[in-house]
Amino acid sequence: MRKQKGLALFALLVFLFLFFPLLIIVVTSFGENPTIQFPIQGFTLDWYANVFRISGFINSFWLSLRVSLLATILALVIGVPAAYGLSRYNFKGRTVLKGFFLSPTIIPGVVVGFSLFQFIVIKLQLPIFQGLLLGHFLISLPYIIRVVGSSLEQLDFSIEEAAWTLGSTRLTAFFKVVLPNISSGIFASFMLAFINSFNNIPVSQFLSGPGITALPTNLMSYIEYNYDPTVSALSVLLMLGTILMMFLIEKTLGLASIS
Amino acid sequence: MSSKSSPYLIVAPGLILLVVFLVLPLFSIIWPTLYDGGFTLDSYISFFNSSYNVSILWRTVKLSMIVTVLSVIFGLPTAYFIARSNRKWRSLMMGLVLFPLLTNSVVRSFAWINILGTNGIINRALLATGLIQEPIQLLYTEFAITIGSLYLFLPLMITTLVGILENIDSEIVEAAETLGASPVVAFMKVIWPLSIPGVIVGSILVFTGTLTAYTTPQLLGGNQNMMMSTFLYQNAMTLGNWQNAGVIALIMIVTTMVVMKGFNLLAARIDKRGGDLHA
Repeated sequence: MRKQKGLALFALLVFLFLFFPLLIIVVTSFGENPTIQFPIQGFTLDWYANVFRISGFINSFWLSLRVSLLATILALVIGVPAAYGLSRYNFKGRTVLKGFFLSPTIIPGVVVGFSLFQFIVIKLQLPIFQGLLLGHFLISLPYIIRVVGSSLEQLDFSIEEAAWTLGSTRLTAFFKVVLPNISSGIFASFMLAFINSFNNIPVSQFLSGPGITALPTNLMSYIEYNYDPTVSALSVLLMLGTILMMFLIEKTLGLASIS
Repeated sequence: MSSKSSPYLIVAPGLILLVVFLVLPLFSIIWPTLYDGGFTLDSYISFFNSSYNVSILWRTVKLSMIVTVLSVIFGLPTAYFIARSNRKWRSLMMGLVLFPLLTNSVVRSFAWINILGTNGIINRALLATGLIQEPIQLLYTEFAITIGSLYLFLPLMITTLVGILENIDSEIVEAAETLGASPVVAFMKVIWPLSIPGVIVGSILVFTGTLTAYTTPQLLGGNQNMMMSTFLYQNAMTLGNWQNAGVIALIMIVTTMVVMKGFNLLAARIDKRGGDLHA
């Protein structure tokens, strides 16, 4: 029993460590002082208004949203069939290919960013937006392969075979039998890949251009030159976004499915 | 669509995109560091000849090790506590652990700027109590990177360990305690050995995460305390020294792979020993 109390206290301290820093951000976002102070003096919502006044933040938010959505959808379109092929068929080179499809996670983000910058932006001279999209596609793909792959491995493929026997084509069987059965895996992989893409810094940092900056990258460069509660306010808005995401995941799948 | 060729057909688009936009670009930054009229390791020899470069590599590996060890020390008991709680509490606490994990790393690093800065909470508190006369330097130090990285990756360790610890039957702990083991002994002799596979998986995630993280060293380390990732960025984008950036890139990839391989070998070895025990 004493052990339990000690353990509970230890866990409580760890939770404090995890939340105290975020709490400070929330509190400082309401302070009246033009530099960040804790405890705060006064109460104002001006810094929140400021987030919307600095047009860069709003523009980069929409850019981030667009890039992450498109990249994740592209990763789904490419990744779901690939995951299906990798788990459904036993063919030569399967294990190697599986490892290869997960390899973007082994390559450090800055390395992916730098190589894409040099190859796509400098050598191929593709538009910045396309480079950014490709970079985010690359970091999203492994999530899709891994999560969708593991739901496919749990799927009993005899139901697909039953559909074939009953005369459906392979394509119809895939869309009508396989996909609905792995829909929660697809949703989980989509959420994971999207959050990860939206929060990504290293790849986006290399693939920015005039007027094309992802929100986290933009926030990061703002922090390097400014120290005012606008950053706290924007951080709080981002945290609200996280809460919304978690709420959506909890409502559809249960949070346990993404950990 | 014949079943013989179809698996290749459906993985082909992904395969092609990965080759064109991952392998080829990687090759194009690394090739020049290894080939200069003939195969050469000159770039790497001169990288390791500079004590400045080596100190950055060493700092990166050292801090990654420290962060990994700290995350086990803080993560394991916490994960154990979460895994032992009843269902309702457990999902609430998992939500609390996941929340920082899903929050942007800029936000999480910024939190520590507020705490460690010259004008930050710690310095203000120390000044107010009269313990110090001048603000002490906490930000832009190795300490700042360490605590910032621990903050970033501890949730990852906890979520990994909870999954493993939940599968340990609580009856065996009770059995150990019934047989006279104190809670601490029971933990060390029963829980710890069973949680090692989870600790290894978590350590791979935390170690490689810290090794390759960019945001935290950039915001909390400053230019005095560069890590490999910020060093790569500086070489590539500020100094325009692509050759050196390519060298750093390959060293980072190799280090990551060596670390993963090492941890996996360790896991295999422990598995084998466990297998022998059961046999």
